Amino acid sequence: MRRPRLPQLRGLRTRLVLAFTLVAAVTAASTGALTFREARTGVLQQSQDAVIQQLRSQVGRLAPDLGYPPDRDELRRFAADVARAEPSGSWRVLATYGRLSATSVPGDRFAELSPALRASVRSHLATVFQRVAVGDHTALVVGMSVTFAEAPAEGVYASGIQVFLTVPQTTERAYVDALVTAVERAAVPALTLAVLLALLAARGVLRPVRALRRATRSIAEGHLDTRLAVEGSDELADLSHTFNETAAALEQSVAELRGMEARARRFAADVSHELRTPLAAMSAVTDVLDEDAAGLDPDTATAVRLISEETVKLARLVDDLMEISRFDAGVAVPHLDEIDLAESLRRTLDARAWTGLVDHDLPPPGALRGRVDPRRLDVVVANLVGNALRHGARPVGLRLYDGGAPGGTRLAVIEVTDTGPGIPEDVLPHVFERFYKSDAARTRTEGSGLGLAITAENVRLHGGTVQAANRPEGGAVFTVRLPLPADESPREER
Amino acid sequence: MPRVLLIEDDRAVREGVALALRRRGHEVAAVATGEDGLERVRSFRPDVVVLDLMLPGLPGLDVCRRVRALDQTLPIVMATARGDDEDIVVGLEAGADDYVVKPVQARVLEARIRAVLRRVSGAPAEGGIPRIDTYGELTVDRAGLSVARAGEPVPLAPSELRLLLTLSASPGQVFSRQQLLEAVWEHSYHGDARLVDACVRRLRAKLGEPPREPRWIRTVRGFGYRFTAR
Repeated sequence: MRRPRLPQLRGLRTRLVLAFTLVAAVTAASTGALTFREARTGVLQQSQDAVIQQLRSQVGRLAPDLGYPPDRDELRRFAADVARAEPSGSWRVLATYGRLSATSVPGDRFAELSPALRASVRSHLATVFQRVAVGDHTALVVGMSVTFAEAPAEGVYASGIQVFLTVPQTTERAYVDALVTAVERAAVPALTLAVLLALLAARGVLRPVRALRRATRSIAEGHLDTRLAVEGSDELADLSHTFNETAAALEQSVAELRGMEARARRFAADVSHELRTPLAAMSAVTDVLDEDAAGLDPDTATAVRLISEETVKLARLVDDLMEISRFDAGVAVPHLDEIDLAESLRRTLDARAWTGLVDHDLPPPGALRGRVDPRRLDVVVANLVGNALRHGARPVGLRLYDGGAPGGTRLAVIEVTDTGPGIPEDVLPHVFERFYKSDAARTRTEGSGLGLAITAENVRLHGGTVQAANRPEGGAVFTVRLPLPADESPREER
Repeated sequence: MPRVLLIEDDRAVREGVALALRRRGHEVAAVATGEDGLERVRSFRPDVVVLDLMLPGLPGLDVCRRVRALDQTLPIVMATARGDDEDIVVGLEAGADDYVVKPVQARVLEARIRAVLRRVSGAPAEGGIPRIDTYGELTVDRAGLSVARAGEPVPLAPSELRLLLTLSASPGQVFSRQQLLEAVWEHSYHGDARLVDACVRRLRAKLGEPPREPRWIRTVRGFGYRFTAR
């Protein structure tokens, strides 16, 4: 599984907060933009209408006093008078008549006035306006023709006098600034609210998700009776419900499997138990058979010896089966005694007349003592050494040393090595399995097929580990590691 | 010729074991129930009892206790199944001297019987040690194989007697359970140390040792047992 590079950003909570913030920001921005556009249009319309209205009435009031045809001075006075209609003095007025033109502010070049507007006013006689951007500010330019009040019957009579007005649109700018400020001010609480809502939503989603995660982990740890409390009826509740159903199904099938396994194991235990009584009778008389076989005719003698030998093997097999059944049933208990481990190993070799066959490297007496079950340790060592002698090649080595870290818990390490061909790689993981036969040709050996399985169980009973491996220099090595609890005042008497 | 009383409910096992023991020179009485066994203890006067713990009717453990009540010194060898741990412990507490795990070969059972009988007939090898030792109130007669406390004879089963003789032969020396298993029971080094512990408990009880502070047989934790002369 690949680890996310930025786990912080991948979290549901972070993503929810980001999404909510984004939505809030977009909403605030678009609402602000739309409002701003509508408001600006409205404001402009209104201010335009007001300006045009004001200009028209001003011109209408002042035009009758204007001499006709006007001279330059009259035009200048007219323009100034019109401009005076706006008390703040922001109006700049241009009046033209033919080639004559005059402005309200002397020397004003009226740069905002475009030739197109000028032409439009001349040709249409209507009031024309245009918004012009000059530098970083905008201005409204209005143009109109002065007409005679008493028009001839044919229609309006143009006087040839035209009036142009330029108004800087500073109010609008202020209004826009105010709008932007308002949007900004509204956005901050909106975003805060969005974050809070996101956290709240995340909590609502994350709580069941966390519960689900905990429950899944609990199941993975083997607590198959884990169930979730289902609240509400949303998708997460559905998920919890599905989880519970799955867990229940899993629990049931595992229980069934365990039941089957337990029955199979009990069957094995029962079979061994039932075999024991007839075997006890047969075992009692094998010696009689062995002793008398010599006096029988050869065929009978062979048959009798076969029965005797196989009875002994069968008895050992049943004994091993009983032993392993006890591990399966969990009733195997170690009978611990503090002993000298090197002495124990030496005695194991002695008891089986293996001392001359095995190169042993054991610590001196008293160097490595530990609380173990002596019988089980004997079984472990005898099985491993016996296995090495049977399947590996001599010399077989037995080594014992303290493999614990200095100052820490002591660790008795028992190594059994042989110099045979080693164990095939595909067999290695299975050597401690019951009745596992690595070689089809070697279908039956002296062992019961349970020796290494019993070895592994005995080591486990001591809280230790056993491993099988191949040595780089050839041959197999079995390594047993037994933790040895710290000494408890060995000389205390009671 | 040792006299063996075999109490075993299964006919085949009973006949097989009896046959094998007879061929090895034992005089065998074989019975199927605990009740018959107790009766034969009185009439047959066996040297050793081989007792199956799984008996119909009167359970083997009760038979063991009753035999002990009849005769404090009669050796008892239990025959049990591997793993009947509870029974083994209780049987040893009830006074059994040794046990074998079924199925057992005749020569193994016979070796156990002989070992248990040797405990009665001879003390461990010793040289120059006085025949009668006195440790405070305790008197051990090594030649007569008897023990007395404050003048009163203490009847001991063979393994108890041999354990006491072995320990007291070297006062102060610590014996590991494995050493005692080999010396007293003639078991292997890897035998069942519970035999030793159970026997020590029985011996202490018979000697009237205070449970908290035993006077003669001390436990050396992590090592084993030792005998103190005072």
